[in-house]
Amino acid sequence: MKILTGNDLKTGAVTWWDGSGWSLYVDDAVDVGDGGDAIIAREESARRINAPYEIEAEKTQSGVRPAHIKDRIRGLGPTVRPDLTLKPGDPNAVREVI
Amino acid sequence: MYKYDQWDQAMVDARVAEFRDQCQRRIEGKLTEDQFKPLRLMNGLYLQLHAYMLRVAIPYGTLSGAQMRALGDIADKFDRKYGHFTTRQNIQYNWIKLEDAGDILAALAKVEMHAIQTSGNCIRNISSDHFAGAAADEVVDPRPYAELLRQWSSFHPEFSYLPRKFKFAVIASETDRAAMRLHDIGINIVRNDAGELGAAFYVGGGMGRTPMIAPLINGFVPLDRLITYAEACLRVYNRYGRRDNKYKARIKILVHELGAEEYTRQVEEEFALLLAQNIEPPFAELERIRTYFEDPAFAADAPDELDRSDPDFAVWSDRNTHPHKAPGYVSAVISLKPVGGIPGDATADQMRLMADLAGEYSFDECRVTHTQNIVLPHVRKADLFALWQKLEAAGLGTPNLDQVGDIIACPGLDYCSLANARSIPIAQQISQRFAANGKGEILGELKLKISGCINACGHHHAGHIGILGVDKKGVENYQLSLGGSEAEDTSLGKITGRGFDEAGIVDAVETSVDVYLAQRQNGERFLDTYRRIGMEPFKEALYG
Repeated sequence: MKILTGNDLKTGAVTWWDGSGWSLYVDDAVDVGDGGDAIIAREESARRINAPYEIEAEKTQSGVRPAHIKDRIRGLGPTVRPDLTLKPGDPNAVREVI
Repeated sequence: MYKYDQWDQAMVDARVAEFRDQCQRRIEGKLTEDQFKPLRLMNGLYLQLHAYMLRVAIPYGTLSGAQMRALGDIADKFDRKYGHFTTRQNIQYNWIKLEDAGDILAALAKVEMHAIQTSGNCIRNISSDHFAGAAADEVVDPRPYAELLRQWSSFHPEFSYLPRKFKFAVIASETDRAAMRLHDIGINIVRNDAGELGAAFYVGGGMGRTPMIAPLINGFVPLDRLITYAEACLRVYNRYGRRDNKYKARIKILVHELGAEEYTRQVEEEFALLLAQNIEPPFAELERIRTYFEDPAFAADAPDELDRSDPDFAVWSDRNTHPHKAPGYVSAVISLKPVGGIPGDATADQMRLMADLAGEYSFDECRVTHTQNIVLPHVRKADLFALWQKLEAAGLGTPNLDQVGDIIACPGLDYCSLANARSIPIAQQISQRFAANGKGEILGELKLKISGCINACGHHHAGHIGILGVDKKGVENYQLSLGGSEAEDTSLGKITGRGFDEAGIVDAVETSVDVYLAQRQNGERFLDTYRRIGMEPFKEALYG
């Protein structure tokens, strides 16, 4: 699947296109098929996202998994600070993105 | 230390107002990201993996207690209660909001700090010896000259858009504690046979994808011509440095391609032209700056003895202090490398504590080292035990300066959008491995440096043991190199062979250390043994 990601303009937070807006959670990301460029153009011009780009991902039993480790780390947070990730209470979260 | 005059403060305040307005215009959509990006970078604001990152300049690594306290307060109020001290003696905040950037810069300006020229193709923060003004072996305090260079290079109209970024280091001792020859320009303040001070210019060093050791191009530039000579060096680079290929745009490539002799000839020619234009700042300005760096009032009767009866304190004082020029004093190094910790990270509370300790024990001064530690430069030996006890209580008393656990590591793929692999977890695992197996205690000096990409912010080329993280088809992989040094015996490490995965690189480091332990003679350091026996025994042990 193809998904879109970028950073929130004001906060810089990593966000994912969920079909109608931008979510903090990669698991909310939806397959944009061939429509990624149009969504990026529209959302960027509306200042709802900063530096958006399209990536490959796969839907797994545990959620949406970006193909590259860099985007998996973006989706979770720094692996060396589990307390600052989006899943601070999940002891397996870091292992799953590596 | 240097204090802003009205012009310094006015410049910084004006920049805060300007950037606050630029941020607001970006938020309101009056600037596109393409328009805004070069503006924010000139103010140290990056967009990194998880958020905006702000890099704050710490000129020549020197901070007052008030400045260190302000850094802690910013971490508390605007970030996630910590900051990361870098290999350029700066600090980075990893979780900055664009809407807060103006307020953060205003808070910095109140304590005479800023983030100007911490990014972009300009002259970056001037780095220096972290023991400057305190070291027993220095010819003179190098910081007044670094400050003069800072003032000359701030908003320099001719050098605001160089072919690539440009980094200076200034030292004043035979012992190099600033990786001087691995900078675009390294300056060593020296004294000639006549007793006069001058500047030895080393030009064209650097790490990155094409590491080079800077050659000496002029062994003695009189100090009343320092800025003129620097201007000549930059002018030749600005004129002929390659702008068509960012990977070949650093001055090291120009010096290498022209040859040091031809580059020097061109610099000397330019220097002669500039001398006629009389661009050197008035000597009175250097004298004015120098007054800010006069020695604090060291006690003439400070006792020289140290009570070493506490064995843990004795180990720490042996490893984490450095000889001072004043009798009865030492420079104390606060390690930001606890076993299994994140190299260079300090919490807001730790920063405020270090500010307090600087005030209580070190004439209100502290330093950031390029090895990501903090120095209290002027501590009475009589106060050292009390200082150590307070550091211990705060988790800042790790006795590992220049040991295997004192690892330089860049933020790597945990934070950096340029990185290919994570650096910090490798540092943590190595630190834990050598603490658990006890070998760390018997190794002596071993400088281990880790970079998460070829840009080499973790100085891996210059590590006795260096590690470079690479992306191997989407999987983290780590190259091992041996034999680097960023000290006065500067050398570049050589890659051992094929890379290792995350677990394998930790094993490979231990295997290399075991070769050293088996082969070392007469108290040799790891680096000495490597230089004596060469790469082959290590390769044999690593790859069979």
